[in-house]
Amino acid sequence: MQVVILGCGRVGARLAGILDAEGHPAKFGGQAVLGEGIDYDVLRQAGIETADAFLALSDNDNSNIMASQIAQRVFQVKRVIVRIYDPGRNESFRDMGLETMCPTRVGVDRIEALLGVN
Amino acid sequence: MYIVVIGGGKVGYYLAKALLEERHEVLLIERDRRRAMQIANDLGEGVVLRGDGAEAATLEAAGVSRADVVCAVTGEDEDNLVVSQVAKRHFSVKRTIARINNPRNEDIFIKLGIDVTVSATQFIISLIEQEIPTTPFVNLLTLRGIGMEIVDLYMSDDCPWVGRRIGDLALPPDTVLSLLIHDGARSFPTKDTVLALGDHLIGLTSLESEARLHEMLQPV
Repeated sequence: MQVVILGCGRVGARLAGILDAEGHPAKFGGQAVLGEGIDYDVLRQAGIETADAFLALSDNDNSNIMASQIAQRVFQVKRVIVRIYDPGRNESFRDMGLETMCPTRVGVDRIEALLGVN
Repeated sequence: MYIVVIGGGKVGYYLAKALLEERHEVLLIERDRRRAMQIANDLGEGVVLRGDGAEAATLEAAGVSRADVVCAVTGEDEDNLVVSQVAKRHFSVKRTIARINNPRNEDIFIKLGIDVTVSATQFIISLIEQEIPTTPFVNLLTLRGIGMEIVDLYMSDDCPWVGRRIGDLALPPDTVLSLLIHDGARSFPTKDTVLALGDHLIGLTSLESEARLHEMLQPV
C-alpha cells in the first residue's frame, strides 16, 4: 500500500516509520509549504496520484480538512483519513463524508474511562 | 442585509467599513485579540466578535443562520474554505463568498459548494490577458448559476477565423457572438459579418462548449 502523509509531527513521522518497516512506502507531502497552504504540485511530488491512502496529520485542522478534500475529490484517493483536533469541526466534516479522527475526543473518552466516570 | 465577515485583515476591515457605510448590519469575526480590539475601537464595539470563525460555536454566537451572506476573507485559503463549508452545511447560510489566494483552489471551492469565490490573483491575471491580447480566448465572467461564460475572443494573426464569415463558422452549441469590436468601434455582428485581424468578439458560451470554442481559435 502506498501512503501519502501530510504533516511530519510525532504521529506522522512515527506512523511513516512503522508503515515503511511493514513494507508500505510512505511519503510526506506538504510540510515544506504548510505555511503557504496546500500546494497541488507538492501533493503530486509526494505521489498522491497513485496513492492508496492519504493521511492528513498536520497540526492545523483547516489545512488537514482542505488537503483531505482535495485528495478525495481531485485525486480520487480511495482511503483518506483526517485528524481534526476541534471536536465541533470533527463532527461537521464527519457528517460531510470525511473519515475523521479527533484526538481530543479520544483523549477525553480515555481519561473518563480511567476515572471510571463515563 | 445581515453580513458576517470572517477575517479582520486589510480586506476584511475595509469590506466591513464599506458595508457599514452602505447601512448594512455587519459583524466581523477576528481571531486575534489585539486586532479585534483595534477594529472595535474604530468601527464600534458591536461590530466585532473575537473568535475562531471555523468553530461552530463562534458562528453560532454570531447568529450566522440568519445572515444573508457570509464572507470568508482571511489570508489563508484553508481557513476560508472551512468557514464557508461550516456556515453552509451547519447553518444553512444562503450565500457564502470566499477569498482565494491560490487561483488553482477555485475548482475545489466550487466543487465543495462555496457559492462565489474571489481571487485577486486570478483577477489580475485576467486583466493582464485582456490588456495584452496574446491569448485568443479570455474568460471575462462566469455566470455560475446558469453554467454560462462571457468570453472575449481575439482575432490574432494566426487565428483561423480571420477573413471568415460568422455564418460559416460551425459554432459549438449554446454559443452566441453578441458584440464585435473593430478598430475600437462597436457593432452587433450578423451571420454575414466577416472577421478581420485585430477584431474582438464578445460572446456567450456554456461551460460545456468552452473547450471546443477555445480549440476552434487555435492555429491549424
